[in-house]
Amino acid sequence: MKYGRLLFANLFRKKTRLVLTIGSFTIALFLFGFLAIVKEAFTGGVDIAGADRLVVINRTSIIQPLPLSYRDRIMRMKGVKMITFANWFGGVYQDEKNFFPSFAIDIHNQRQVFPEISISDAEWQKFAGDRQGAIVGAATAKKFGWKVGDRVPLIGQIFAGTWDFNIDGIYHGTRAQDDETQFWFQWDYLNERIPEHSSYKGQVGWYTVRVEHPDDSVNIAKAIDAEFANSPYETHTDTEKAFAAGWVKQFGNIQFLIMVIGVVVFFTLLLVTGNTMAIAVRERTSELAVLKAVGYSDRFVLLLVMTESLVIAAIGGGLGVALAKLWTLAGDPTHGMLPLFYLPSRMIGIGFGVALAFGVASGLIPAITAMRLRVVDALRRV
Amino acid sequence: MAIPVIYNVRSVKARWTSAVVAVLGIAGTVGIFVAMLSLAHGFKATLVSSGTADNALVLRAGSGSEMNGAVTLDQVKVLEDAPGVARGANGPLITPEVVVIAPFPLRSTGTDANVQVRGVSAKALEVRQKLKIVQGRFFQPGLTELVVGRNATRSYSGLSLGESVKLGGGMWRVVGIFDSGGSAFDSEVWCDARVLNQIYHRPDNIFQSVTVHLTSADALKQFKDSVTTDPRLTVDVSREVDYYDKQSKVLTTLIVVLGSIVAFIMGIGAIFGALNTMYSAVAERAREIGTMRALGFGAGSVVVSFVIEALLISFLGGLLGCLAVLPLNGLTTGTMNWQTFSHLAFAFRVTPPLLITGIIFALLMGILGGIFPAIRAARRPVAEALRSL
Repeated sequence: MKYGRLLFANLFRKKTRLVLTIGSFTIALFLFGFLAIVKEAFTGGVDIAGADRLVVINRTSIIQPLPLSYRDRIMRMKGVKMITFANWFGGVYQDEKNFFPSFAIDIHNQRQVFPEISISDAEWQKFAGDRQGAIVGAATAKKFGWKVGDRVPLIGQIFAGTWDFNIDGIYHGTRAQDDETQFWFQWDYLNERIPEHSSYKGQVGWYTVRVEHPDDSVNIAKAIDAEFANSPYETHTDTEKAFAAGWVKQFGNIQFLIMVIGVVVFFTLLLVTGNTMAIAVRERTSELAVLKAVGYSDRFVLLLVMTESLVIAAIGGGLGVALAKLWTLAGDPTHGMLPLFYLPSRMIGIGFGVALAFGVASGLIPAITAMRLRVVDALRRV
Repeated sequence: MAIPVIYNVRSVKARWTSAVVAVLGIAGTVGIFVAMLSLAHGFKATLVSSGTADNALVLRAGSGSEMNGAVTLDQVKVLEDAPGVARGANGPLITPEVVVIAPFPLRSTGTDANVQVRGVSAKALEVRQKLKIVQGRFFQPGLTELVVGRNATRSYSGLSLGESVKLGGGMWRVVGIFDSGGSAFDSEVWCDARVLNQIYHRPDNIFQSVTVHLTSADALKQFKDSVTTDPRLTVDVSREVDYYDKQSKVLTTLIVVLGSIVAFIMGIGAIFGALNTMYSAVAERAREIGTMRALGFGAGSVVVSFVIEALLISFLGGLLGCLAVLPLNGLTTGTMNWQTFSHLAFAFRVTPPLLITGIIFALLMGILGGIFPAIRAARRPVAEALRSL
């Protein structure tokens, strides 16, 4: 730390430039954080999918229903611990733009299959005893200002009409990535109101099966599909992870798109900051030459210049990821269009590391130039 | 008195390294901005071109999307006799349709993606006149035959002309390929609606939507008034174009919002870059500026001159960014259409208005990055500037 003051004086030589360079790093890392958030929004479901859960859908397609009678048949199969089912409801609140995932669920086994959901027993009991009851995720409740005890009408887009619900409880996820936007109500309520002639009467959308041992899941999936082969309702069973990954793939090359943007952004900003640092060193050529003339080694000059750029990168990068993290805590700017708005700490680490790496890379060329400087030439230059 | 522009051109040339960096910074920003906009634009254009102004789409009241509709055969008969419906050789031009989705493996990744399968009536081609069969023939009513959209046959394995595929428990033969001129139908597979209902164990005489060809685009009001007041019908009528425009809204908005956020943040970064470049330019040229002021150029001319230089750099950057994204035009990509849960192929559309937007964005960055250094340059006292160094 002996040379701290020298470093400090060099950094603050031009305050505007210091602010702008740190600002460039901050922006690059903030953008990195933003892209990580978007990527997480699309692929987050895959990471948190339960390893011990299987999803059973109609082989024909996800929109075709399955009979309720399959529940007991699957439950009897070896290795199956618990089973629950749900229907996609597709309701909106007041207007089409107020969309959130809404499901008609099985009130008996939902909590056993999805243990990561946290809700008080008292609220759940009330919900189970209320035919028009609903449980809503904390994020959606906050978005519309719903409280327990409110009466909320949803407009059914698949199942026509207006449906009234009583908010009996609010659920939270136990992990930061858990989806807190869902809206659940009793499957019985849905089934009651479906007209007799509808092909959805007495049918469920899909089953979620919890297995005893995750290692058996592939075999159990095969056994379930074999059980219902050649019936009018053939099934397609997959692990929850594969199911989630399948959805992500259909969105197209989101990952690729984000990577391309990321590379362009970093390349651009690296160039800009690298250039600034090069200018900063060039301006000081004679000073560095004086340092060398009074006896400081080449390595010292190299380290001095490198440290300077590292400090800038660390401050700027740290600020950038911190801002991105703060942003996720403040709320989602797309108003619920992204299912998740979360920055994983792994990405914070990667981002900060990338910032330091760019700090080294952009300081390297001017630092080497400074190191190679011939004292005589440099002193003569002015 | 104005400082000649040639001075700025020469200065840029003299300090080309930092100018190149600033140009690239702005080019990158503009490139990303225009690319995201053209993605959103392409998606929207694909869906919107699926509709035509003289077609009307009839859905069950309140259903919002075709996927959720239900229109009975009795209601279809009522619609056929409604005023404003065009008539062809085989009676009214109207097609009651059923839509399901079916998983097919994508050629690119080998993983399944949902394809929209549309059951139509034999008159579908007369109703949707933009659509042409380019290979093979149209399906025979009553048979398990498929005609496949141009993009669908390219994107999925098993959907080439002459192949047989299993779908909903039946075997189907692909007998034709159709082209709808780049609309969403190109990602679809079509067959006979009644056969599809049978194979999917659906009620025989319930359809999800009805598309009607009108005598003219102006006939919509007459048709709509007549069917919405008919007590036998509980339906919503929309112009086909408007329906697809609404369908494209969610994803288009998402891309535009995300793209704008990225471009905005990058824009700030690029402005910082331009500021840095211009500030150093001003610092390095203190003596030049002082000399010019001493020669009698006013402070205003110095500001204008530096802003012009920043604009020159940013214009080059904008131009380069636009040129870089031009090859994207027409590049086909695919995504899930959130409204139908099915996969939809669409192409980037880089249009002149988007390019102009990009250039304007670049110039804006140039002004913001150039104005403060320019003011600083003009404010320096002449004598001090001349004495420096």
